[in-house]
Amino acid sequence: MKSRRALALALALPVAATAALSACSSSTSGTSSSSAPASTAASSAASTAASSAASSAASSSSLKTGLKVFVIPKQLGQSYFTTADSANSGGAIAALNALGETGTETSGTAATPAAQIPAIQAAIAKGANALIVSATDPTALCPTLNAAMKKGITVVTYDSDAPTCRSMFINQASTAQIGTSEVDVLAKELNDTGQIAIVSAASSATNQNAWIGYMKQELKKFPKMSLAAVVYGNDDATTSTQVTQGLLEQYPNLKGIISPTTVGIAAAAAVLDTPKYRGKVLLTGLGTPDSMKKFVADGTVQEFELWNPADLGYLAAYAAVELASGAITGAAGQTFTAGKLGPFTVGTDNTILLGPPFVFNSANINNFNF
Amino acid sequence: MRAVITSGRDPRPPGDSGGGSAGAGNLAERVFRIRESGILVVLVVFVAVTTLAQPRFLSEANIQFILVDTTVFALLALGETMVVISRNVDLSVGSVLGLSAYASSNLFGHHAGIPIPVVFLVGLAIGLVCGVANGVMVAAGRVPSLVVTLATLYIIRGIDILMFSGQQVVEAVLPNAFLAIPKSTVLGVPDLAIAVAAVIVVGDYYLRNYRSARELYAIGSNPEAARLAGIPVGRRIFTAFALSGAIAGIAGVLWAAQYGTIDSSAGTGYELQVVSAVVVGGVAIFGGSGSVVGAALGALLLGTITTALYVLGISPFWDQAIWGALLLLAITLDQTITERLTSALRQRRTRHV
Amino acid sequence: MSSLADRLRAAGRGAARWETGLAIVVLAVIIGGSAASPQFLTGSNVFDMGLSNGEIAIMTLPMTLVVISGEIDLSVASMLGMSSALLGVLWSHGWPMPAIFVAVAALGLAAGALNGLLVTRLRLPSLAVTIGTLALYRGIATILLGPTTVANFPTAYTNLGVNGVPGTNGDVTYSTLIFVVLAIGFGVVLHATPFGRSIYAMGASAEAAQFAGIRVKRIKTVLYMISGLICALAGVLYTFRLNTSVENNGLGLELDVVAIVLLAGVSIFGGKGSMIGVVLAVLVFAGIQNALLLTNFNQEATGIVTGALLLASVFVPNAARWIRHLTRPRTQKA
Repeated sequence: MKSRRALALALALPVAATAALSACSSSTSGTSSSSAPASTAASSAASTAASSAASSAASSSSLKTGLKVFVIPKQLGQSYFTTADSANSGGAIAALNALGETGTETSGTAATPAAQIPAIQAAIAKGANALIVSATDPTALCPTLNAAMKKGITVVTYDSDAPTCRSMFINQASTAQIGTSEVDVLAKELNDTGQIAIVSAASSATNQNAWIGYMKQELKKFPKMSLAAVVYGNDDATTSTQVTQGLLEQYPNLKGIISPTTVGIAAAAAVLDTPKYRGKVLLTGLGTPDSMKKFVADGTVQEFELWNPADLGYLAAYAAVELASGAITGAAGQTFTAGKLGPFTVGTDNTILLGPPFVFNSANINNFNF
Repeated sequence: MRAVITSGRDPRPPGDSGGGSAGAGNLAERVFRIRESGILVVLVVFVAVTTLAQPRFLSEANIQFILVDTTVFALLALGETMVVISRNVDLSVGSVLGLSAYASSNLFGHHAGIPIPVVFLVGLAIGLVCGVANGVMVAAGRVPSLVVTLATLYIIRGIDILMFSGQQVVEAVLPNAFLAIPKSTVLGVPDLAIAVAAVIVVGDYYLRNYRSARELYAIGSNPEAARLAGIPVGRRIFTAFALSGAIAGIAGVLWAAQYGTIDSSAGTGYELQVVSAVVVGGVAIFGGSGSVVGAALGALLLGTITTALYVLGISPFWDQAIWGALLLLAITLDQTITERLTSALRQRRTRHV
Repeated sequence: MSSLADRLRAAGRGAARWETGLAIVVLAVIIGGSAASPQFLTGSNVFDMGLSNGEIAIMTLPMTLVVISGEIDLSVASMLGMSSALLGVLWSHGWPMPAIFVAVAALGLAAGALNGLLVTRLRLPSLAVTIGTLALYRGIATILLGPTTVANFPTAYTNLGVNGVPGTNGDVTYSTLIFVVLAIGFGVVLHATPFGRSIYAMGASAEAAQFAGIRVKRIKTVLYMISGLICALAGVLYTFRLNTSVENNGLGLELDVVAIVLLAGVSIFGGKGSMIGVVLAVLVFAGIQNALLLTNFNQEATGIVTGALLLASVFVPNAARWIRHLTRPRTQKA
C-alpha cells in the first residue's frame, strides 16, 4: 500500500539522518569546524601562533603537557564564541594544541545556567584538569565550579565572570574602559551633544550591566548629552529589532544608540540602514567586523569596537595552563607570557586584561575576517 | 451515501455544507465574519487609544515597522491555520523557518550572483520537504500531530545547529537587492505587506469556495464522520502540512532578508507565538472553524501590541503578561461565541421539524 | 463500539507491553552508557544526573495525571519560574523562609486553580489555555523580578545543589529523593485508588465518566492545582540548587516534561499510561542526555536524539498494532 511505503520512508528518513549526522560530526566538537572556512588572515595567524607558541612553550618549560582542558562558552552556536574557542581561528583550542594539551569545546545550546551546568559536570567527570568558562550567570554556576576547584581542577573564566568561584578572570578589556570608550566614541561622532539610548542584551547579564554602569558615569562628563533609555534585546534578533524601533518612535530627538552586544548592534544597524535614519541616528557599540562591514561601507555606522575574540580565547588558554601547571597562582602582580600575544600581568581581583578595546572603522575593517 | 465528486470548484454559497439548511449556513457564516470584524474592531480601538496617548504611534515609519515585523508571522499564521482547522497543530514551523533562513542565505555566501528567485525556490523546497515529512507521518501514520511536530521541532532545529556549526551569515554577503525587499515601499506601504495581504486574500478565497477546503473544515469538526462521508482525510491533512511547511520555508527566506544576520537561533520559539496568533484570530484549536484573515489579523494585533508597549514606554517586562491575558481573553470569547452559535443552530433545526 | 471498561482494559494491556519495551531501553542505555564511558555509572555522575534532571522529573508526575485525564498543561515551566520569582522577591524583602514557603505554595495552588477553572468551568481547550497561562505566568515572573537577580539564599538551603542526602554516600540528590517519594505516592494514587481509576475513566471518555457519577470537573481542577503546587516545589528546588532567582528560570522546560511523559507511553488522547512508564522514561531521558555528554557526542545534536525518541514513542506502538492488524485474518468487506 502506498501509505505503508510512505510511512516506512518517513520513519527511515529521521533515523538515517540521525545516524548519518552522528557519523559525520566528528567525535570532538572542538576540532570540527565543517562550514564557513576560516579566512586567510586567521589561518596565517594560527600558523604564526603555532611557531611562536612552540618557541615560548620551549622557553616556559615549567608548563605541563597532556592536560585535559575544557572550554565552556555561554552556549554553542554563537559565532563570537566559535571564533574565541576554535583551533581554526587561532582561539583557545589552537593555543592548547600548541602547548601540547587536549582542548575540547562543550556547552549547552541555550545560554542558561541550566543548559551549561551539565556540560561542566560532564567535563569534571571526564577528568578535566582545567575549565575555561564564560559564565551564563554570575552565581548560578558556583556550586559546580567550587566543587571542581575542591577537586583540584583549575577554573578560569573568560568573557563573562563568576567572581566568587574562579581562580582567574580573563577580561577582554577593562570593564570601565569598555563602558567609557563606548560613550567617548559616540560623543565624538555627535560633537558631545544629543540624546542617546542603549540597546543591551539580557537584563541580567553581568558584563552588560557592568559596562552600562560605567557608561552612565562617563555620560556625566558630557552635560549636553543625555540617556533616554536602556532597552533589552535579549540577544534575540526579533526582540532587538523591535526595541530599537520602539526607541526611534518614542524618542524622535534621538541622536545616537550604543549597543554593546554583537547581536544587538547588528539588529539595530539593520533597522537604521535606511535613508531616513542613516547619518541622522548614529550607531556604535560592540560588533564583529564581518557583521558590520556592510554598515560601515554605507555609512550607517562610523566606528565601533570589539577585541579579537580569538585572542581572548588564546590568552585564556595560556592563563589556564599556567595556573594548572603551578607556574602562577593568579595573585596580582604575577606575570607570564602568552605565546604570540606577549607578556601579561595579573591585575586586581585576579583579573587579566587582554588590552584596550580595538576601534574598527572604514579604514581598517577590511583587514579582519571574523 | 457518497457525494458525487466532479470538479473541485463548487458553486454553492460558502459555509453551506450541503445537508444543513441555507439558513444555518448563513448564520454560521455571519458569525465568523463577526468574529473577524471583532478582531478588526479590537485592533482599531487599540491603535486609536495608543495614538491618543502617543501620536507618533501612527507615524509612517512606525506603521511600516509594524507591517514588516508582522509579515513573517502573518505568513506562518496562514499555514498554521490550515493545519489547525483540520484539528491538528504544527509546532515545527519555527525550526523550519530557521533551517530555510540558514540554507537559503548560505547560498548567497557560496554562490555569489545567484538569482534571488532561485533562493526563494530553495527555501520553499526545504520547507516543503519538512512539511511533507510531517504530513506523511501524521496522515499515513495516524499519529497525533502534537507529538510528531514536537519531535520534528527538535530534529529540524538540531539539524540546523549542526549545519551552522557555530557560524553565522552576515549582511555583508547578502546582495543589496535581497536586503531591500523588506524595505521597499509603494506609496508608503511596504511591498511585502501588500504581497502577504494578497496571498491571504487568495487563501481566504480558497478556503471559502473550494470543496477541498470545506472538507478540511469537516475533518476538523468530526474526523470520523468525515471519513465515513468519503472525504479523503489523509490526503487533505497531508496537503495542509505540506503547505504549512512550504509557507514556513518562504517565511524563512523573508526572515533572512529582514534581519540580515542569521545564525542557528533564527525562529526559536516562534511556534507558540504563531499558535497564539492563530487562536487570537478566532481559529478554534479543536478545528472546524476559523479563517486565514482572522489569523492574519491576530498576528497583526499581537505584533501591534508588542510595538505599542515599546512606543508607550510601558516597561516591556509587562509584554508577556499582557500577551498571555489577551490570549486567554480571545479563547474565552471564541468559546462563548461557539456555544451560543451551537445552541442557536440547534434551536433553528428543531424549529423546522 | 467498545464499552468504557473494555477500552480501559485494552489500554492496560498495551501499557504493560510499552513498559517492557521501556525497561529494555533503560537497560540498553545503562549498558551502552557504561561501555561508552567509565564514568557513567559512578556515584558522582548519578549525583550530577539527579541535579540536572531532578526538577524536570518531579514536574512529570502531575503532568502524567493531567494527560491521562485527557488534558495537558504547558504552563508548568512558567509556574516554576513564577514561584522562583516570588521566592526571590520575598527573600529580598526580608521575609522569613517558612512564610515564603507558604506564600509560594499558595501561588502555585492559585495558578493551578486558574488553569483548572478555565478548562473545566469555561470549557476552554487546555492546549490553548495553558499556552496562554504559559505566557501569563512567565510575564508575572518578569514583572515580579524585573531585571534583578536574587542570589544570596542561605547555604542551609542552597546546600541541596552541592551535597547529596546524608547517608547515601553523597550520590542521591534531594530532588531525586523527593522524586522517588512523590512517584511512589502518585503511583499509588493513580493505580490503587478510586480517584486514580476515575482519572483513567475521564481520559477514556469524559461523558461516560460523568454519567458514571465521576465528578470530572472537580477532579480535573484538583489535578491542575496539584500540578501548580508541585511546580511551585520544583521552582523552589531549582532556585536553591542554582542559588539564583531570575525571571527566565526554567524557560522552555515544558517541552522536555511533555516529551518525557509522551515517551512514557502516556497517550496524548488520555486514558492510557502508567507511573512505572514515567519513571522509566525519566531514566531513559536523563541517561541518554548524560551519556551523550560524557562521550563527546556533538551536543548540538542531542535535540535530534530527543526528537527521534519522541517519534519512536508514537510509531513503535503503532507499528506493533499494524503488525497485529496485518496478521489477523481479514474480515469480509461489507
